[in-house]
Amino acid sequence: MPFIPHTDTDVKEMLAAIGAPGIDALFDEIPASLRCGPLKNVPEGLPEMQITQLMHQRAELDGLPLCFLGAGAYEHHIPAAVWEITTRGEFYSAYTPYQAEASQGTLQLLYEYQTMICGLTGMEVSNASMYDGASALGEALLMALRANRRNTSGTVLIPETVHPYYVDVVRATTHAQGVHPVPVDYAAASGTTLSEALAAHEGRDITAVVIQQPNFFGQLEDVDRLTDWAHAQGALVVAVVNPVSLALLKPPGQWGSTGADIVCGDGQPLGAPLSSGGPYFGFLTTKMAYVREMPGRIVGRTVDLDGKPGYTLTLQAREQHIRRAKAKSNICTNQGLLVTAATIHMSLLGPEGLARVASACMANTRELLGLLSSIPGVEVVFDAPRFHEAVLRLPKPVAPVLEALAARDIFGGFDLSGRYPELGHALLVCATETKTRDDLQRYRAALAEVLLADASST
Amino acid sequence: MTEPLIFEVSRPGRAAHAQNPGCAIDVSGIPPALRRTDRPRLPEVSEMQAVRHFTRLSQKNFSIDTHFYPLGSCTMKYNPRACNRLAMLPEFLARHPLAPESHSQGFLACMYELQEILKDVTGMAGVSLTPMAGAQGEFAGVAMIRAYHRARNDLERTEILVPDAAHGTNPATAAMLGCSVREIPTDADGDVDVEALKAAVGPKTAGIMLTNPSTLGVFERRIQEIAGIVHQAGGLLYYDGANLNAILGKVRPGDMGFDVIHMNLHKTFSTPHGGGGPGAGAVGVSERLRPFMPIPVVGVADDGGNRESGIGNREDRPALASDDSPFPIADSRRCYRWLDERDLPQTIGRLSAWMGNAGVLLRAYVYARMLGREGMQRVGEFATLNANYLAARLKDKGFELAFPRRRASHEFIITLKKQKQAIGLTATDVAKRLLDYGFHAPTIYFPLLVPECLLIEPTETEDKETLDAFVDALVAIWDEARADIAKVKGAPYTMPVRRLDDVRAARQLDLRWQPA
Repeated sequence: MPFIPHTDTDVKEMLAAIGAPGIDALFDEIPASLRCGPLKNVPEGLPEMQITQLMHQRAELDGLPLCFLGAGAYEHHIPAAVWEITTRGEFYSAYTPYQAEASQGTLQLLYEYQTMICGLTGMEVSNASMYDGASALGEALLMALRANRRNTSGTVLIPETVHPYYVDVVRATTHAQGVHPVPVDYAAASGTTLSEALAAHEGRDITAVVIQQPNFFGQLEDVDRLTDWAHAQGALVVAVVNPVSLALLKPPGQWGSTGADIVCGDGQPLGAPLSSGGPYFGFLTTKMAYVREMPGRIVGRTVDLDGKPGYTLTLQAREQHIRRAKAKSNICTNQGLLVTAATIHMSLLGPEGLARVASACMANTRELLGLLSSIPGVEVVFDAPRFHEAVLRLPKPVAPVLEALAARDIFGGFDLSGRYPELGHALLVCATETKTRDDLQRYRAALAEVLLADASST
Repeated sequence: MTEPLIFEVSRPGRAAHAQNPGCAIDVSGIPPALRRTDRPRLPEVSEMQAVRHFTRLSQKNFSIDTHFYPLGSCTMKYNPRACNRLAMLPEFLARHPLAPESHSQGFLACMYELQEILKDVTGMAGVSLTPMAGAQGEFAGVAMIRAYHRARNDLERTEILVPDAAHGTNPATAAMLGCSVREIPTDADGDVDVEALKAAVGPKTAGIMLTNPSTLGVFERRIQEIAGIVHQAGGLLYYDGANLNAILGKVRPGDMGFDVIHMNLHKTFSTPHGGGGPGAGAVGVSERLRPFMPIPVVGVADDGGNRESGIGNREDRPALASDDSPFPIADSRRCYRWLDERDLPQTIGRLSAWMGNAGVLLRAYVYARMLGREGMQRVGEFATLNANYLAARLKDKGFELAFPRRRASHEFIITLKKQKQAIGLTATDVAKRLLDYGFHAPTIYFPLLVPECLLIEPTETEDKETLDAFVDALVAIWDEARADIAKVKGAPYTMPVRRLDDVRAARQLDLRWQPA
């Protein structure tokens, strides 16, 4: 019996202590008509060796292609120590640290994490994590709606340059509580939020403005101007940022004259493998003034009976297990293990290492753009400046090109033509620090070949 | 021993040099106004310092791998190491969420089969794996109930009923979806008060959220009657799967009449709790809620939907499983693909940027395959055997069961009401003293209905000797308290810290380190 330790003698003794004739008798309160028969679609159990063989076979089927996809999930080098330590049983198989005295390891680590992510984003307070970047944006907007006592309409300006899936998640998770997303157009030349499009909303009751930096196209927004404009309208600024970029880019806490109000994003670039989209973690930081409107777990430092420092979950009066229907959010389990990985990852990289990683990503993407745009008919769509992603326009529809590249085990990027038809045959590409010069050349050669083959066949 | 904060051992100029890509920092591509001018506060430590620091921190934790962890409602069972190892194969870790279906058939096969297995064990018509934790599964469930009523133009149904003993996430979820919450009382034996339910349902009822076995650790005996009452009134039934471990392979929520359920795969399917996540809160639905499932869902390219699959020619690829595959639903000729809003136009939408906690779902899949049909049915049996044995032994030692006339499910409640009156011994005291005896505490003060309660869930993976030792510890603590209550109130003594000042933590907020 997999993972069940009982011997026949154990079972007999235990039933005798209970005073039950058999295990089945323990289910005698369940109406007989409800008891189910054999599970038809669950196969026979497999010993570890066989499931290992099966999973290796499945994994090999998907292979290890050369990946130039980004679009919110980025391939980075993760130090070996990160997951070696993260998967220690003491971290891996512990629960939420309700019994603080027996959870000081996790609690101190979360306090260190809160310090690091506050440092990166330039904010005063952080929670212990949200599910992912997109759901963190949804929670950030609900928080803005609670925190903004002046502009209470729920109108939230979300530029078209914000990750479209994030906007989908905002729509799915916040509408019932009165958040109304309103799109804002972008400038055709720069691929950044259009000033005139914002100006059209001047004087309206706007609860929050979302600013993504770098934006979904990889372009750098004029965050100071946007932040000051939003604040002039009485709106709160909700920043969506890539944590790796913050080693080089101005932290949201310093945007404009008073800084962003709530900062969120996906922590995946800090030590989480791509892993088909999860588990990642969302981060959420803010100003001290809004701490009581924050969702999720927060760890605080305090002292014990002997006056010795220790760590504990705090401000729990915001949370569902205390406040029930009046809680700030229903979130309970979050992404603790990913925060563990991120904290170790940030410690191993340090400020210098993270800046070098960010710089290497920028350099590789710049080089990739140079190589690809040297292919006839391929052009870079927007002007610089950008971080580590960019939009290319191809001379042909993108989907078949990507298919042909995939047949050569290259993932060429994200096809933007579905979400952004106005951009034409547009492709979002990314080259992180993991790409070698040979990798970049291989992509160029393959794309040139595919476009040429396509051209000659039509 | 106190472990310093990592910032306190940080020194300017120190680094884990092996982790730096060998390139210079070049910010020339960034306009000066957009550059960072200060250094972010990250530690500057060597690799060994970091490894030693975090290893030492890990040693300050209780965990399943090191301690018995009978935390009620949390199902702290053994997390098989194979699940972790196999979910972390290089190809799975490297797979980008936007990888084309041509390079995803291995992963998608696992997800499709997990959906099929979960459908079968819950008796539901459809499963979406995307919710990232139980609370998000609840959100998806109530959102689907709302969408169902709206699609029928039944717009007045905005009230969600919950038993007074429900998990806090239930009312919090209903509120997030703009529903009002109405509590239904519980009778003396722990069942929902059916007369009160009858009086509560009506044209405003959107649905009821129930856990079965309930949070009181007993099976809701009149569940079919409850289902009838709610359905008759036009409402739907939501099953909170927190306690699914109790009935795995014995009763299926679909057969009980539930329309939608969430499963905590980090409980019942043994994926790790990770010190507070990641979880996975897959949802199962009845036929009438299928159109509303959150996206994406894994489908088969040829099962009705004629949309171009984009999979292309697969003949050069190896088969998914050998022909003598023990898994009948793994068909090597099948092509799997994502279903999105084009396939499910009435979907409640996307709950995360991608497909949820994929790596957690892989672990659950491996676990389900290792258990298999028979193993899965034994889970509920042995979880129930362990709980009833522990309850019987504690009752025999004089502890008071909250529901003595009932069978325990996979968990049960003892109340220290009498001990508190007689000698001042509280649930917190026992919880803290248990840590000194090497046991993680049970859940305390939940459910709120039972005074001074301990909610104890041993799970099926614990052996009899451990359960006996736990009984001995509880007896010893009671004895200690009778002899010297102050000693118990001072516990714990052997942990890295003694009882912490939670009031100070909340009043003098210290939420990040700052240099002196």
